[in-house]
Amino acid sequence: MSRFASFAKSLPLSGRIGLSLVLFWLAVALVGPAVAPHGVGAFVDQDVFSPVSSAFPLGSDYLGRDVLSRLLWGARYTVFLGAGAALLACLIGTTLALTAAVRGGWVDEVLSRAMDTLISIPSKIFALVMVAAFGSSLALLLTITAITYVPGNYRIARALAVNVVSLDFVTVARARGEGGLHVALREVLPNMIHPLLADFGLRFVFIVLLLSGLSFLGLGVQPPYADLGSLVRENMSGLVDGAPAIVMPALAIATLTVGANLLIDALKPVEKQG
Amino acid sequence: MVGRVSGGAAPRSAISGVLPLIAKRIGSALVTLLLVSAVVFTISGLLPGDAAQETLGQSATPEQVAALRHEMGLDRPALTRYVDWLGGMAQGDPGRSLVANMPVREVISARLPNSLMLAGFTALVSVPLALAIGIASAINRGGRLDRTLNVLTLSAVAVPEFLVATLGVLVFSVKLLWLPSIALVSEDASLWDTLRSCALPVLSLSVVVIAQMARMTRAAVADQLDRPYVEMARLKGVPFRRVVLFHVMPNAVGPIVNAVALSLSYLLGGAIIVETIFNFPGLASLMVNAVTSRDMPLLQACAMIFCAIYLTLVLVADVVAILANPRLRAQ
Repeated sequence: MSRFASFAKSLPLSGRIGLSLVLFWLAVALVGPAVAPHGVGAFVDQDVFSPVSSAFPLGSDYLGRDVLSRLLWGARYTVFLGAGAALLACLIGTTLALTAAVRGGWVDEVLSRAMDTLISIPSKIFALVMVAAFGSSLALLLTITAITYVPGNYRIARALAVNVVSLDFVTVARARGEGGLHVALREVLPNMIHPLLADFGLRFVFIVLLLSGLSFLGLGVQPPYADLGSLVRENMSGLVDGAPAIVMPALAIATLTVGANLLIDALKPVEKQG
Repeated sequence: MVGRVSGGAAPRSAISGVLPLIAKRIGSALVTLLLVSAVVFTISGLLPGDAAQETLGQSATPEQVAALRHEMGLDRPALTRYVDWLGGMAQGDPGRSLVANMPVREVISARLPNSLMLAGFTALVSVPLALAIGIASAINRGGRLDRTLNVLTLSAVAVPEFLVATLGVLVFSVKLLWLPSIALVSEDASLWDTLRSCALPVLSLSVVVIAQMARMTRAAVADQLDRPYVEMARLKGVPFRRVVLFHVMPNAVGPIVNAVALSLSYLLGGAIIVETIFNFPGLASLMVNAVTSRDMPLLQACAMIFCAIYLTLVLVADVVAILANPRLRAQ
């Protein structure tokens, strides 16, 4: 804990704000439903789109449900789907990148050409085409958003891995007779883990934005589940009334992504030193 | 700069040195576009089930399905279908829209100009602002202005478009009643009305694009400021303003145009959300409708147009980088 405290102290102010926002949303995703005042589908307000009040701290939605409770329930889909998809994207991307860098030759050529092709399709367009073809169950959304950001991670990871592979200790390991798997996992991967973590954070931000965008369009998380993007969408009719039901979930997404972005940026100089 | 040193004949040789490089770059973009079309067709045309079965529903007899499959050409080999589709796309005839029941070309040609107009307005607003922000923070590197702008742009990059759009509607349409919350664009609308209905969509699109572009511009100018020639000029006693305007800017033009072209590609993704929010009759909202109604011919055509625009922007960025870099020219 003291290590964590000294880490937090080493960050600039913007990084500390980012860190606390990220931790806040992580906590909400973990314990949100337990502390929510109402059930996720409970109709508790006589009115719809009522403003902020002591009974409903964030107002009520288009069916008279408590926005705070909906938000506390919905955050877990946004946070965990985003983190899961970012993890999957980095796992696939980095595995392919290590294969390409360690094997070299035609494996590298084919993989890099394929990834260059995929990266030339704008991410939202790519995701829309896949959603149209396959649908959007939770598992599919996780896979689709992950696949969309594999090429980006591959590009970063391959550039890092190619640099490490050309270093002497890798040549030594190969001369020792170590296999490709050992070289990739024991020699190369540990030397690129810090920039990869930063890239994981970036993928997370991109994926949360993409996922909430899809949900906002009605093409992402489908009822009965609702992530933060779905909450914005279902309350769009309250826009003319200026209902908090629509602004609050949108603000929630923004604080999560902005927080993560500030945190990643604050970590950069630390990397350069270490 | 190469031309100035080696006299009158040099510009021609400089250009002829660049041409093969640019031709190669254009060729590689075309190959990428071809590969992209294969990916789009495979995902949307081959993988998802059987369009004939889906059109007829569960109650159709196998004979009916077979007949429709034949009529739609689904019983032909995948490669033949792909070549046909690609040929149609290249000739500007990507088939019939299943939902609108008219040629995809007509559906798209009604929408494309609107999207281009929106993109044009956004570029007009965002490029000057982004350049001003980027150059101002690069010149004040490390200062308070730079740090503030850094945190601001860093935050703005990660803000979802629908937050900007909804806040914009709340402030300008609901509270102040200045602007319409729905974009009504038609040919009979006056220029003033068109501008008014585009204002909020342009605002929502600009925020992310400006932030992105400003960050890249700052990086490009800051990179030039680190070069030895800047130190040399300062040591000679050239005023800083003059160094920036006459020494740094001419060299930074290439990287800046590169940054502008790349940032404008962010418009494509943003437009999908923004056009939908404001009911803007553009290509991106058309594509969202195509996804919702699973209108594959229309979806494929829209996707290919977006990919082609994206590749063109990246190509422009690369060509400008080649033209602006004497070392690349000399290769």
